[in-house]
Amino acid sequence: MIPFVINIVYFLLSLALLLAFIRLTRGPSLPDRVVALELIASIVVGFVGVHAIDTGISSLLDVAIVIALTAFLAAIGFARFLERGTQE
Amino acid sequence: MRDIIVSILLLAGAGFMLLAAVGIVRLPDLPTRMHASTKAGAMGAMFTMAGVAFFFADGVVLARAFAIVVFILITSPIAAHVIGRAGYFIGTPLSGAAR
Repeated sequence: MIPFVINIVYFLLSLALLLAFIRLTRGPSLPDRVVALELIASIVVGFVGVHAIDTGISSLLDVAIVIALTAFLAAIGFARFLERGTQE
Repeated sequence: MRDIIVSILLLAGAGFMLLAAVGIVRLPDLPTRMHASTKAGAMGAMFTMAGVAFFFADGVVLARAFAIVVFILITSPIAAHVIGRAGYFIGTPLSGAAR
């Protein structure tokens, strides 16, 4: 039962990744793209969790922690860049 | 029994993430898109991590999954606030009644 459900979950997450990528390419302004990037990072965290269940390797959760941390720092950095760019 | 719980949690997590992605494509302006992606995305990641913790049923994995959930709950509102603030100050266009 679990492998079947995992296939469905992979499909749903891939669809979500595709939709977020559409917004990443089409987004009219830079903040829209940053929001799409953050959502993509969140979806990838879910992907890594499902892959940890699929392969049975629990160490993959460390990868999920690192991806979440990197996404947060990237969002903060982009926001800093946006606000400083307007003052000049 | 464990398989049923894990399946339900994983499907709920994937469903919330798909909802967040649909919202980010369909909603009209920056704050509403952020509203969809931040909350539903964090909820999806939390459900997925709960499924992982139930699947492995191990103390170390439970601690790691709990750490990921707490980290997402702390950082996701901060990132949304900072991006929304930046978007407001550079004057991204709003839609509808918020204009």
